[in-house]
Amino acid sequence: MATLQEFRTSEKSWWCPGCGDFGVLAAMQKALVAVGANPASTAIVAGIGCSGKIGNYINSYNIHVTHGRALPAALGLKLANRDLMVLAAGGDGDAYAIGMGHFMHALRRNVNVTYVVMDNHIYGLTKGQTSPTSQEGFKTKTSPKGSLERPIHPLMLAVSAGATFVAQGFSSWQPQLASLIQKGIEHPGFSLINVISPCVTYNKVNTYDWYKQSLQNLDNDPDYVPNDRTKALARLHVTDELVTGLIYQEESTPYEDLIPGFKDTPLVHQNLHVDPNTWNQILSTLE
Amino acid sequence: MIAWKIGGDQGEGIDSTGDVLATVANRMGYFVYGYKNFSSRIKGGHTNYKVRISPTRVEATTKRTDILVALNQETIDKNFSELDNGLLLADSIFNPVLPDNAKAQLLTLPLTAIAKDLGSVVMRNMVSVGASAALLQMPVEPFVQYVMAKFKRKGPAVVESNRQAVEVGYQRIMDEYGHLLTYRLGEPHPGDRLVINGNDAIALGAIAGGCRLMCGYPITPATDIMESLAKWFPLVGGAVVQMEDELGSITAVIGAGFGGARAMTASSGPGISLMQEAIGLASVAEIPAVIVDTQRGGPSTGMPTKQEQSDLLALLQGGHGDTLRVVLTPGSIEESFEDAVEAFNLAEQFQTPVIIATDLSLSLWQQSVDRSRLNGPAQPIRRGATFSQEDLLALGANVFQRYQFSADGISPRSLPGEANGQYLATGVEHSTNGKVSEDPTNRTKMMDKRLMKLQGVTQVRDGFKYEGPEDPDLILIGIGSTVGVLKEAAKQLGSKVGVAWFRTLSPFPTERVLSVLAPARHILVVEQNALGQLRQMMTIHETTDHRYESLLKYNGVPFLPEEVVTRASALLTPVEVH
Repeated sequence: MATLQEFRTSEKSWWCPGCGDFGVLAAMQKALVAVGANPASTAIVAGIGCSGKIGNYINSYNIHVTHGRALPAALGLKLANRDLMVLAAGGDGDAYAIGMGHFMHALRRNVNVTYVVMDNHIYGLTKGQTSPTSQEGFKTKTSPKGSLERPIHPLMLAVSAGATFVAQGFSSWQPQLASLIQKGIEHPGFSLINVISPCVTYNKVNTYDWYKQSLQNLDNDPDYVPNDRTKALARLHVTDELVTGLIYQEESTPYEDLIPGFKDTPLVHQNLHVDPNTWNQILSTLE
Repeated sequence: MIAWKIGGDQGEGIDSTGDVLATVANRMGYFVYGYKNFSSRIKGGHTNYKVRISPTRVEATTKRTDILVALNQETIDKNFSELDNGLLLADSIFNPVLPDNAKAQLLTLPLTAIAKDLGSVVMRNMVSVGASAALLQMPVEPFVQYVMAKFKRKGPAVVESNRQAVEVGYQRIMDEYGHLLTYRLGEPHPGDRLVINGNDAIALGAIAGGCRLMCGYPITPATDIMESLAKWFPLVGGAVVQMEDELGSITAVIGAGFGGARAMTASSGPGISLMQEAIGLASVAEIPAVIVDTQRGGPSTGMPTKQEQSDLLALLQGGHGDTLRVVLTPGSIEESFEDAVEAFNLAEQFQTPVIIATDLSLSLWQQSVDRSRLNGPAQPIRRGATFSQEDLLALGANVFQRYQFSADGISPRSLPGEANGQYLATGVEHSTNGKVSEDPTNRTKMMDKRLMKLQGVTQVRDGFKYEGPEDPDLILIGIGSTVGVLKEAAKQLGSKVGVAWFRTLSPFPTERVLSVLAPARHILVVEQNALGQLRQMMTIHETTDHRYESLLKYNGVPFLPEEVVTRASALLTPVEVH
């Protein structure tokens, strides 16, 4: 059983002091330990942005891809080696702007990958521009008079797109966040954990204090049962997605279990040579 | 050699009629080459299918048509000029009119009416098949046998009416026009051959080369590759994923390559443009990936169902930064198979993206291929340098250097799942352990390391092929489907003309090009684009001189051997024409 220490690297962090991403990192490492993962069979796929640096700080196999494309890379990696525990990570820009196309399709494809989105409602690495989750009227360098667009509601989108696991955590609420990531990893299918991860440098509106006052914790509501798509949507709508906890989960068979002829043995461990009988069978379809 | 053609409206079974003829002729021991002319719509619009049938290998289409089967007047109007004293069989249902200047013998048969009498107009195609067999002076029995097997699943009534359709079509020609039939195919050369196209060959080569994951987005003319693999992969435990776009397709392939599986994507120009950024990632992070570009008319949507070779510069230089890619260019269907296998070997050996550049004509038009040239189980698999689990355990924890410098630029890699092999693969410049580094010295060394790998490819692969005399008056240079056209043109031009073609565009085989071309008095670069992209590339690599001439075509129609012969003859002085 690997320890927390084994999931750490010696890399010094590039994040600003106080960044919410530290909490996300810590919770991911705790969740990996809790599920009994080991660094060699864990893979983290990250996108571009402050969040994309997370792979530098977790001792595992890491691939840091192009902006917005963490999910397709995670899909390919999981199909290449289904024994790996594959996590993808990115920010709100990576997930919901440039990567939105992949996000929607990953949800309906339901490959067994856990996606942790570090959502701070702002573009940090490019020094403060409006993001798809920024609130209407939010003032940034690219929207000096306030953002003209309505924000994306990623959780409602996910629930309606056919997601089988949707949760939201807050980087300051460690035990809940680690537990949500753990549940996501254990879920046999695609799991989305959107994490409120405040940017202390560029977002002076959606601060730690603001979130602490605004977020409603579903764990404190014994009446909420996260197994009903309609009720999940209703709750997200009334709260304007300012909730934490497990929002929706259903029984799920992952994509890789549904592919015709796809084996339990990972592709990487299979013999690459085609045998003569199979080959003749293939050629016979061309006769 | 006889060139047969059938024409009608798209969606009327023109393709299947041509396929039956090509398949049966192939089984009888003839070599076939099938050329389908189609437009970017599903139903309606003129379409035609030309099949050349020959006792010897044929790998190009031709201008001339010997036998034309016309299912409507448009077919006659658009195609009669190809007939040079040939036969034109027309369905009498549309009162065919032969233009005044046509040089053809018009034969009419009530193809539709015969089919109707036998139960359904659908069988007009089978009446046409029978009639064509007679016009080609081929025995009818092999066609009857084929049709009976083809329709077996549909029950005895369907089998019987189709059998009759073939036989009646055949008999009516023999009875009414037997005295006009003069074509002779010659003796067949029986052999174990399949009629396949370049897309089939690439899909087969991928399986033989150990590819077990294909992530793609449908696009003409590459889609067949994904469809064939969707059909065949369940037999070998592989998977096809139809992605949401080409950005996702290439990135999924890179994810799989990082994981240690052999994966590919296939697209055409528009999709390749979307993949350029990620190809750069695979290059910098040193991750194997195989990408097929079946080129078509561009830019933008261009002419999606028409032939062109205009992505060449983009394939080499379309990405930002100094990226390295290996670009393979098969010049035949057999080479498409070989290169598909080799692409996966090179990608892992050199830990880099490998692009296979074909074109619409090479990927879609079918021809007879010896089964012995498609020996999947015998193909070599080379995984390249890796650290085994034992090596990594011996190494200890936290010391593995994924990108360590070496004499050939290749650093042995670990695969996810292996203890002590953990590292970060990133598109950001990195140091030997994979961690981000913008140190100037490191940057220079890392770039040099990656570029050095490309030179290694030249050593394991002959990038420039030549067939012809040692002292040629003229060498014709081509790429992709044009190579088959050049070979046929060279035969017609005589013994002093050779053909050279690229098998690798990147790394550019400079030394081979210079040595092959040294003895030539004239050089003609034949390519299907407006900018002369292949010749530009040859100029960049300082292989061109005063002997060079270009023959360009960019109207969407494949080169014909006749066009090459005309231009080549003009280059050679009359004395030199043999």
